[in-house]
Parts: sequence; structure tokens; C-alpha cells
Amino acid sequence: MRVALFLTCVNDTLYPDTGRAVVKLLTRLGAEVDFPVAQTCCGQAHYNTGYRHQAEPLARHFSDVFRDYEAIVTPSGSCGAMVRELYPRMGERARAEGRGDGLAAALAPVVPKTYELTEFLVDVLGVTDVGAYYPHRVTYHPTCHGLRGLGLGERPLRLLRAVRGLELAELPGAEECCGFGGTFALKNPDVSAAMGTDKVRNAESTGAEVLCAADNSCLMHIGGTMTRLRTGMRPVHIAEILASTEEEPAV
Amino acid sequence: MSGTFVGMPAFPEAARDAVHDTTLRGNLRHATHTIRAKRASAVAELSDWAELREAGKRIKDHTLRHLDRYLEQLEESVTAAGGTVHWATDADEANRIVAGLVKATGESEVVKVKSMATQEIGLNEALEAEGIRAYETDLAELIVQLGKDRPSHILVPAIHRNRGEIREIFAREMSEWGRPAPEGLTDTPAELAEAARRHLREKFLRAKVGVSGANFMVAETGTLVVVESEGNGRMCLTLPETLISVVGIEKVVPAWRDLEVFLQTLPRSSTAERMNPYTSTWTGTTDEDGPRTFHLVLLDNGRTDTLADEVGRQALRCIRCSACLNVCPVYERAGGHAYGSVYPGPIGAILSPQLRGTGSEIDASLPYASSLCGACYDVCPVAIDIPEVLVHLRERVVEGGRVTRAGNKVVLQPAKGHAAERAAMRAARWAFTHPGVLRTGQRLASRTRRLHPRSLPGPGRAWSGTRDLPPVPAEPFRDWWQRMRGGDGEKGAAG
Ligand code: SF4
Repeated sequence: MRVALFLTCVNDTLYPDTGRAVVKLLTRLGAEVDFPVAQTCCGQAHYNTGYRHQAEPLARHFSDVFRDYEAIVTPSGSCGAMVRELYPRMGERARAEGRGDGLAAALAPVVPKTYELTEFLVDVLGVTDVGAYYPHRVTYHPTCHGLRGLGLGERPLRLLRAVRGLELAELPGAEECCGFGGTFALKNPDVSAAMGTDKVRNAESTGAEVLCAADNSCLMHIGGTMTRLRTGMRPVHIAEILASTEEEPAV
Repeated sequence: MSGTFVGMPAFPEAARDAVHDTTLRGNLRHATHTIRAKRASAVAELSDWAELREAGKRIKDHTLRHLDRYLEQLEESVTAAGGTVHWATDADEANRIVAGLVKATGESEVVKVKSMATQEIGLNEALEAEGIRAYETDLAELIVQLGKDRPSHILVPAIHRNRGEIREIFAREMSEWGRPAPEGLTDTPAELAEAARRHLREKFLRAKVGVSGANFMVAETGTLVVVESEGNGRMCLTLPETLISVVGIEKVVPAWRDLEVFLQTLPRSSTAERMNPYTSTWTGTTDEDGPRTFHLVLLDNGRTDTLADEVGRQALRCIRCSACLNVCPVYERAGGHAYGSVYPGPIGAILSPQLRGTGSEIDASLPYASSLCGACYDVCPVAIDIPEVLVHLRERVVEGGRVTRAGNKVVLQPAKGHAAERAAMRAARWAFTHPGVLRTGQRLASRTRRLHPRSLPGPGRAWSGTRDLPPVPAEPFRDWWQRMRGGDGEKGAAG
């Protein structure tokens, strides 16, 4: 199966290790992975901050880049939700504004074949044991757009439970938002930081070394809070855990 | 209620104090987490919750689509049952009508059933100015009124107070308003409730005029419905000679049987009860039973304008259960007062900027008072997609555009103070539609990575005041990819 990796602009720029992990993991599972280098950003930040019209050319660009692939896989719940949930809505809004079906038609091809990584593994490849080895105590934070937007449910946990050596610790208040929320973190820094602190304190209480999630944007906020609070815990993207093997362990 | 929301600062500033007030944070955390868990189990008991939610949404959408028709039908049925219907376009008009009706009775005090609509229009203050005293009779409203405070929650307006604070307020203030608190009052819930009961009983027995809102109005029969837990509502609705109800026009439902849905979803969502203790219904007036005179004041106050907005109108489905407040992580930390309105929390963040417009600092900041986590949408018993409306209102703030204000179509200018953000968004859009530019930027960042600090000065402190920045990697992913694959990834749209 030929899949396109939609890495997201944040991962491409700041978290290349996550991208390398996805490539390694999917290749190991037999997929042929391509990274179309013309890809940039799905437009989520623009859309969510109120700049829907600025997000439209980004969405069109996304569709131009990815439309010919069989499947589009992204290691980000929120960018996945952007394409799947919000691209159709952008099309509808354009129609309601009297701009016709053009945008909806342009975006339609990519919507049904965009998958968040854990969804792709469990639903499309049909695997939960990906042959990973990660000998650490880990707690899992379900990010909001993965949990409530895409409905990832138990998928990430099923994948983690099958990882050899991994000890999974349940995170208290797991379903509560970490407080990142894109520009929310900047526009409401006090509330955002208070939410982040509570998330980190809950994570610390599990005794885990690692907090894992399926979205690096949230992990950037949680991780930044962890180092500032000197907790000694690390944020790690789930792809890096699933890519880790006995032969080539992740650090 | 002597507090006022006029001239409130923007949400982030208003929230700052609450975030750092540990007593308040503790009170709110305890209260919201308790009710949150209870609601979840009350809802989980019903196997048809999803269907009930969908039915509630549809009934409300249908009614809103034909609101004109149902309101006229309601007016006819209420009138036929012996009531008098008044129409109020805004708060001032509603207040004038109510004050006039009270004065016509010759009375100078009224007892009140907890009502959001009368708080929205500031009725108590307006009556006070006319020499009429309004007594709140809901326990939490009483605490707020005695404490000269503002409500901070739809259902539990004094949620920000703990028992010790309530004891203090009762002991200090009750004597100003009527029967004093007993000597040696402690902070046990039973004693506090007993003090309130005795204080209020006097007022119930004396009052000749009652003022209420309503949870529902049935167009078909002209019946109004109040759902409550304490029985104070039942007293106010049945004992006085005159009853005046101020109700938002969106509270109408077509038929009696529609209540079947909401009387299941409302109590479970709001107090986590299967059924609320008191459900009062009345249809006009009845000889020898209850009030002799009944007035219904139908309140618009921005609702028709809200209805004109295709995305925003779903906010009018709200049945004021407050489930969205209880589950909201931002509300839990910022507290209700930061929202600058009687409607706090997620619903307030989408309702106030629509009812009042986005002109003031607080109203323009409310659409941003959310991380868009979606927990509110999940619990809402009428499926209001609050994040969708928040984003829609953000767009209204930054881009302006067509809205309806006081019945007129107007074009809003983009709000001030977003110029830098707008420029940054435009620049980012440009870079993101030119992948070559993105790559140049990434490479530059990687090359200068050792120079990047982990915290930032100036406006960047909004991030790095409490969080470190991630280190910039030695090379962006795309460079690694092209190094590994020798550039065979150059497919898709050109840069
Ligand atoms: S928006 Fe929904 S959850 Fe919030 S108070 Fe209204 S009905 Fe309840």
C-alpha cells in the first residue's frame, strides 16, 4: 500500500524524530511510505483563530499535494481532525456564502482517506501488536481532537498495551484538556498554564518516566511545562514508542 | 444583585486573579468535579441518551425555524387561559413593563424564582431604582444577593463560595433584609439551609407579587414550566396574587409532548437527578387556585439578531442546564465572573457576544476563552457545537462581516488590536502556499539553533513565562528525507 505521510508543519520543523519514527514503523509493517515534499500546513491554526478565508488556500494546497495517494497518514490528532471534520465544513461555509461548490469539490478527495496514525494502524493495517519494544513506565494522554474529534477511543491504548517491556500507568483526569489549544496558549496564558500544570502533576502522580500522546503540539506545551517544573518526566510521541524495537531501541 | 458587569476587562485579565486564587480554585474544582462525575453516571443510565439528545436538538431547531408562528400561537393560548402577554424588544423595555406592572398592584416588594432572563436584563436593579425591592428565594441566589456579589454559575450561582463564607454572609447580612440568622450559626449544611428557610418563609407568606422566568413555554396549551429543586419556586408561583414571568422567546416549544424529552435531559444534565424534585406548570390563571393575575413578558434582547446568524443560532437551543460549565477546564480555573455576564462558561462565551455584540473588550475576548477541547459539545443535551460557534465568532472578531443588530443588517469592521496577528496569519499563509519559503525558514532556524533561547522576551513571554520552548532540531524532517531518498519525494504541487 502506498501511503503519503502528512507530517504537519510543526513536526517537520520541530519534531523530525517523530517523522523518522513514522517512516520506520510503517515501512516495517510493509507500507510504502512517501513524503510529498510540497506539503506544508493543513491550515488548522488559521481556521481555529478565525482566519477561515486564509485557511482555504492552504486546504486547497493540501488537497493538490495529497489527492492521488491511496491513504494519507498523519501523526497528529488535531491535524487529522482538521482535514476530516473541518475541511467539509469549510466547503459548506463557502457554499453558504454563495461561492459555489468549488471548495467542497476540491477538498472532498482527501477527506475520507486521511487517517491519524493509530487509526491507520488499527483500522487499515489491522494491527495492534506492531512488534515494538520500549522498556519504560509510560502514561498516555488522549489529546482532545483525537479523543473527541476523531474518536480514537481505545486504539492508542491497545497499541501501547501490545508493546513489549512497556508498563502502562493510567493517567488521572486523562480526558481533560492539557491547556494547549493552539493560540489559546498565547491568548489566555494564565488559564492555559494552570491547565498544563494540573496535567503535569497528574502525570507525575503515576510514577511514569514518560508521558505519551499522539500529538506533538500538546506535547510541546506539556513538555515545556515539565521542564519548567523540573519533573524529570519526558514527553514522547506515540510513534517513537511504536517504532522502537529491541534491535533499534528509542532512547 | 448589586454587582455589575459593565466595563469588564477582557477575559484573560479577568481570569488571572481567579487562576491565582487558591480558595476559589479549590471551591470550583471540588464542585465541578463532583457534579461532572454524577452527571456522567446519570446520563449513562439511559440507553437512549443519544436519541434524546438528537430529539431535543430537532425540536429546538424546528421551533426556532418557525419561531414567529409558535410565539403567536403561544400568545393566543396564554391569552385564552386568562393571562396577558407583553412583548419586550430589549432589557429596558422589559424592565419598564415589569416595574409598571408591579406598581399597578400598589406593592413595593416582590419574591423571585431563580431566573436567568431577569438577571440578564438586570431586573432587580431596575426595580430598586423604582423603589421596589426584589427578594431572591433560591438558596444560591440568596447567598449572592446577601453577599452583594455576582452569580458565577447558571445553576449554582454561589458555586464560588464555600460553607464558611456562606455562614459569614448569612450572619452578617440577613438582618439587613429581614429575619436575622440565628445566634451561633455554624457552617453545617443543615443549619445554613434552616436559616435560609426561616428567612425566606416570611417573605413567601407576605409577598403579593411573584416574578419568575420559565424553562419552557408550550405554544399549544399556553403552559409555562419551571423546573427546580428547592420548592421556593413552587411557593413564588402559587402564593402571590400576581405572577409576572419574564421569558426569552427561544424558550417556547410547540407541544406538551415535547416536554417528555427535556424533562428527561434537563435534570440529568444539570443536577444529575433522574427527575428534579419540583416541576411547576401553570396555564394562565385558575379560579380559587394560585395567582389571580398572570403576565407573561416575552423577551427578545438580541435573540432575533442571533437567530439571523446561520452558525450562531444554535446557541438558542440552550436549555441552561450548565453541564458545559461543569465540564469546562477553562471555567473551572477562570471562574464564572471572568466571563463578564450572567451566562458564564462555554455557553456564555458564545451567547454573550451574540446577544450583546462583539463591541466591548470582554465580548470580543470571549470567543477566545476556550482551548476548543470539545468537552462542552460532548455533554450538551441539545448538541450545541460550542467549538464551532466559538471559531465562527472569532472570525467575526478578526474579519468583521455581515451581522444583524437590532433587526438591521450591518457590516462589522474587523476588531482593533488584531493587526499584528492578521499580518502574521497572512505571512504564514503565504509561506505555506510556497513550500520553498517554508524550507528556507526551517533551514535558517536550524542553522541558528544554538542561538535560540528556551524562553522569550516581550510578547513571547505569554508562552515562555511558564513553559520552556522546544529546542530546534539540527535539520527539519524534509531535509533528512531528501538526503535519504535522494529527492525522489518531489511530487505533488510545486513549491
Ligand atoms: S449549552 Fe448545552 S450544556 Fe451548556 S447550558 Fe446550554 S444546554 Fe446545557
